[in-house]
Amino acid sequence: MLSSGFHKAFESRIRLGIMSALAVNDALDFNSLKEYLDVTDGNLASHIKALEKEDFIGVEKSFVGRKPNTKYFITPAGKKAFGNHLAALEKLIKLQK
Amino acid sequence: MSTEQDYIRDIAEIRSMMERSSKFLSLSGWAGVMAGVYALVGAYIVHVFFGFAPLKIAYDAVELEQFSLKGAVMVAFGVLVLSVGTAVLLSSQRAVKRGESLLNVTSRRLVISSAVPLVAGGILGLIFMEHGLIGFLAPVTLVFYGLALYSAATYTYKEVRVLGLIQLALGLLGAAFVELGVLFWAMGFGLMHIVYGIYIHIKHER
Repeated sequence: MLSSGFHKAFESRIRLGIMSALAVNDALDFNSLKEYLDVTDGNLASHIKALEKEDFIGVEKSFVGRKPNTKYFITPAGKKAFGNHLAALEKLIKLQK
Repeated sequence: MSTEQDYIRDIAEIRSMMERSSKFLSLSGWAGVMAGVYALVGAYIVHVFFGFAPLKIAYDAVELEQFSLKGAVMVAFGVLVLSVGTAVLLSSQRAVKRGESLLNVTSRRLVISSAVPLVAGGILGLIFMEHGLIGFLAPVTLVFYGLALYSAATYTYKEVRVLGLIQLALGLLGAAFVELGVLFWAMGFGLMHIVYGIYIHIKHER
């Protein structure tokens, strides 16, 4: 029933939210993502890890002064998968109308 | 199994997340209205009490004595401080209400992208003043303010871009017709802020 283009990694709203935010930003840090998504640290971290495993997002570690600063960005593979997922969603909605 | 409702909600959330994470939408319309009011009062004081009404571009030291330039600059500075203060205060109230933080990625980008043209315009204004190019003071601040809004609009309501173009146009008109510079300044900083503030308030805050 599921048409091609859907990816099971995006079945979670939070993962979909992370991808949406990273799709329109060069890179975002953990706290910014947390603010937008309104989730706990542990919850966000596990979803980020899942997306990292799929190679949909990448991590960029640097230092701001002496504080470590971790930023996340969308990878080309992630962009493609997210775009396909979006297109599949739109197609489904159109079909059902 | 997901239903059509779920898909529609997914798309709605994707859209809202893209917007929230790339634009600062807690900017207050009322702050715009107040900035316009301060500017009109400021322009009135500068014009009536300090006699600031340049009729040409350049003035020499003797001619300059007819203006209380110091007073005019202080009033302009006061308008700026009041406007920024009001904007920060009202926007932070809105941000709290919307569960957004005032100092997030988008607001920082908004400030940085507008600061570049604003600082450049401020410095150029000071240089013009040093050289007695008094007629260009009002237009040049308006031109650079328009550029600042135009670039900042990427990170907030898209209507701000149009406001930027209007300020830019009024500034250029003011430079072309120097004797009307203060009038165009009052129209831009004053009237247009009030009109746009009300528009933003009606469209986005209710």
